Formats: sequence, C-alpha cells, structure tokens
Amino acid sequence: MGKQSVVNRVMNKLSRLHDNVFCALSGSAADAQAVADIVDYQLDLHSIDMGGLPLVKAAANMVKDISYKYKEEMVAHLIVAGWDKSKGGQVYGTLGGMLTRQPFAVGGSGSTYIYGYVDSAYKKNMTKDDCHKFVSNALSLAMNRDGSSGGVIYMVTITDKGTEEKVILGNELPQFFDD
Amino acid sequence: METLIMRQGFGVLPAQTETLAVLQVKRLPLRSYNEASRDPKSTPLLRRCSTDPGSGRVARTSGIAGSSDASVHVKLIVRGKMASLSVCQQSCGGFSFENCKRNALLESEFSKQGHYLPSARKTGTTICGVVYKDGVVLGADTRATEGMVVADKNCAKIHYISPNIYCCGAGTAADTEMTTQLISSNLELHSLSTGRLPRVATANRMLKQMLFRYQGYIGAALVLGGVDCTGPHLYSIYPHGSTDKLPYVTMGSGSLAAMAVFEDRYKEDMEEEEAKQLVRDAIAAGIFNDLGSGSNVDLCVITKNKIDYLRPHDLANKKGVRSGSYKYKRGTTGVVTKSVTQLDLEVIDEVVQTMDTS
Repeated sequence: MGKQSVVNRVMNKLSRLHDNVFCALSGSAADAQAVADIVDYQLDLHSIDMGGLPLVKAAANMVKDISYKYKEEMVAHLIVAGWDKSKGGQVYGTLGGMLTRQPFAVGGSGSTYIYGYVDSAYKKNMTKDDCHKFVSNALSLAMNRDGSSGGVIYMVTITDKGTEEKVILGNELPQFFDD
Repeated sequence: METLIMRQGFGVLPAQTETLAVLQVKRLPLRSYNEASRDPKSTPLLRRCSTDPGSGRVARTSGIAGSSDASVHVKLIVRGKMASLSVCQQSCGGFSFENCKRNALLESEFSKQGHYLPSARKTGTTICGVVYKDGVVLGADTRATEGMVVADKNCAKIHYISPNIYCCGAGTAADTEMTTQLISSNLELHSLSTGRLPRVATANRMLKQMLFRYQGYIGAALVLGGVDCTGPHLYSIYPHGSTDKLPYVTMGSGSLAAMAVFEDRYKEDMEEEEAKQLVRDAIAAGIFNDLGSGSNVDLCVITKNKIDYLRPHDLANKKGVRSGSYKYKRGTTGVVTKSVTQLDLEVIDEVVQTMDTS
C-alpha cells in the first residue's frame, strides 16, 4: 500500500459559496477547492447581477454544470445547501453532474457506513437542535469507522436570520460503542 | 523583397524560406565601402553554406561604410519569401507536443547503447513553517538527491517571492524553482499595479490556480509564509493545487518526522527564539531520520519590519577534520643526481587575433 498520511487533521471542508449558501467538499481536495473557488466567484457576479442573495438552486446548478462538464477529469463531490426566500432551507446533491434536491444528503468515503443510521434517524420537520444532534451523531459514527475521516466536526447552520459556524472538538464528540 | 541588416554574429533564416542560410559576419577594421569589397586579402564578409543553388534564390551582399566603433554593417538582400526574424516558430496557445516523437526516439537510441536519460532531480526534503507571535518562521534542509545519490549537499530551498513573502519548496527541484520565480515575477507586477505590498493570500491563489491547471504534473509541494497588512499567514500548497491554511505545516519526505516534533511542542503565540528553536528541531528530526533530507538547516524569519534569511542557521552535518596526514615531507626522498636538458623548439606559425576589449 502506498505511503499515506494525514496532512491536515483540522481541514474545514465547508466552503462558503455565498452568505446564504455553503457547500461540503469531498473527494480530491484540489478538485473540490478549485470548483468551490470558481463557483464562489461566479455566484458573486450573479448575485450582483440579480441585485440580491442568490437562490440555492442557482448555486447548485453552477456546481452541477462544472461537475458534469469535467466529469471524466475530476474526482470531487460537492453537497450544496443553504436558505433562500422562495423555498426555505434546501439541500442539493451534485454527484456525477446530476442535480437532486434531497431532505438530507451524505457523501464521501465515510458515508457508506452511515446510510443505515441516517435513514432510520431522519424525521421530517425536526427542530434546529434535533438537526444538530442528527448531524453530529452521523458524523461521529462515520469518523469512528472510516479510516479517512476523523479529527473535528465543522457545522454550519444557515437560516433566514443568518449563518452560524460551530466546531465540535474531539473530546466533545458524541460517544458510541467503541471497544 | 525584404532586407535584413545584421551586425557581427550568426544570422539564421527561418525554415520558411526553404533555404537555410547560416551566415557568419566577421568584424573588419575600419575601411571604406570600396576598399572592403575590392581587397582580396580581407577575410570574407560572408560565407554562404548549405544553400540550395537550384532554388533560384540569391544572396547578395554589400558592405557599408563602417561606423566609428570599427565594425562593419552588412546588408543582406535575399530574394523571395521571408517570414520573420525569429528562429523559433511562434507558439499558438495550448501545449506543444512537437518534441514527443523526438524524445521517444532519443530514449530508444540511448537505451540501445546502454545509456540512460537523466531523470528529474528531486529534493527529497524536509520543509516546515510555523506562525509565532510576531510573524512566521520557515525552515528547510539543504540536501538535493538524484535517485540514491546526493546531487547537492547545500542547495537553497527557501525561495524569494516578495519582500514580505518567502516560499519553501519540496518535490522536483526544477519545478519548485521555476514556479516560485514565475509567481514572484507576476506578484511584483501585480504589486506595482495595485500600489500595495502583496498579500500572502494572493500568492497562494496564484500558486494554487497554476498548479491545478497543470493537474499535478508540476511536482511542486510548497510551504508559503509571509507577513502582510492583515498579519502573519502560513499556507501549504500541494502539487495538484489544494491548499491548507494552518498555524504549523510540514512537507516533503521528512514531513512526518518534523510534524511529530511540531505536534509535541507547538504553542500559540511563541516568542521568536522559541519558534526558531522549534523549527530547527523539526528540520533536524527530518535530517537525521529521513534518508532524503540532510546537511544543514536553513531558516527564514519573517516579521512585519524585517526578514532574517539565515543560511545556514545550523551546520548540523559539518565534515569532520582529519586528525592525521599521509603526506610526505619535502626532502623525505634524497636527491642523488640532477641534470637539466634544454629542448630545441622552433616557432612555426604565429597567429594574432585582435580582440576589442573596450
């Protein structure tokens, strides 16, 4: 097996696309960062053109367009999420250049370990705190099992009132069965 | 009909003319026009070689009265098409794969004869950086390897980007050198254009966008550090174009050894001496525990008002001094007899070539 090492154990994989739209990065860091930077720039221009905050669907479409066009060359999956006036809170998956609106989305190498958990734990119309618990539990379980995941949890909550970022450190993570 | 005026030197006409004429213009002492063309003993003004007589093209020459600096201008009149003065074809965007066939041919020829083409020299390095109270400390070892042999025992891996930004480079030596020079040049132009001291984030953007464009084929792994109006910043940049902004970073083959030292002793807001000692120890860990790193420790301390480029900071591997000598003293061998014979040499030919050494 090739030499593998953790080069950054505290990487913030949540990239700001706009004040009300963020995206989660997975796959090749270089590809994902490059796409996020390009969409950040394009969304800036778009929101100036439209004279207001962009729709989450617009941001997701931009990410989807790049992901589809460079499908063969790139290895990156970005989950776009945010809040806008027309549809409220939204989550879009852009895997492979497809655009799907979902109630929740998981991605990355550790996501395979938590499909069962998220499917069973998700409920419609959860409160903000319930959602926080849902997300931190899911990530914690994945971090325990997946070798490429670990470190800390970065969480961003986007509402009509604004955006708040939170970091859950290693010792504050929810504890599960771990012999 | 186009004319081409050349001073002393070689002139090469591009291939479009179908006639490759290599012309050598020799410098003559100051003479008038008529004298130069009529004097049979004068060195030939122009020598035409490898021209195609059947092509119907004519190269005519005429001498022009020399100027005061004792050189002769030669006017060359060539009939026919002539594209431009440049030797190389103008490249029209994108990558040029012209040399690939030639390279493949050369490689097969070489291996048939048992030679090997030279491979890219890697630096097999330990580089690191740390943010402390007043700024940034960058450190690097000084060994450059070519396969399993040390190619350079004291190479400089900390490159200048701008007066307030420096960059350590690991990976392919040529790639780190050229990439940092290119971005340094562009950043200087950018800084003149904006009228401000460049920011570390700008250098980071330029580097990551260029490396991403080349999809990892430029093997440059960099540690970029500097102090600008927004404070001290440290970035690590990978060959594929991803970057991390962190308080302490290490790169290269010795990165794990150096990171172990950092993870143990890093603290926020260290003093300058403490930070320098930490970086020195991290590089030393790489030097002594990694085969690809060695020799000395170079440091670069960047603060708001000054740069300390300490090369070398620590001569960790000074060559030992021999304690004895096998040289024999003069007079150890006794001289028995001595006879001197004069050799008869006669001067056959003497050629004097005057040079203008003004």
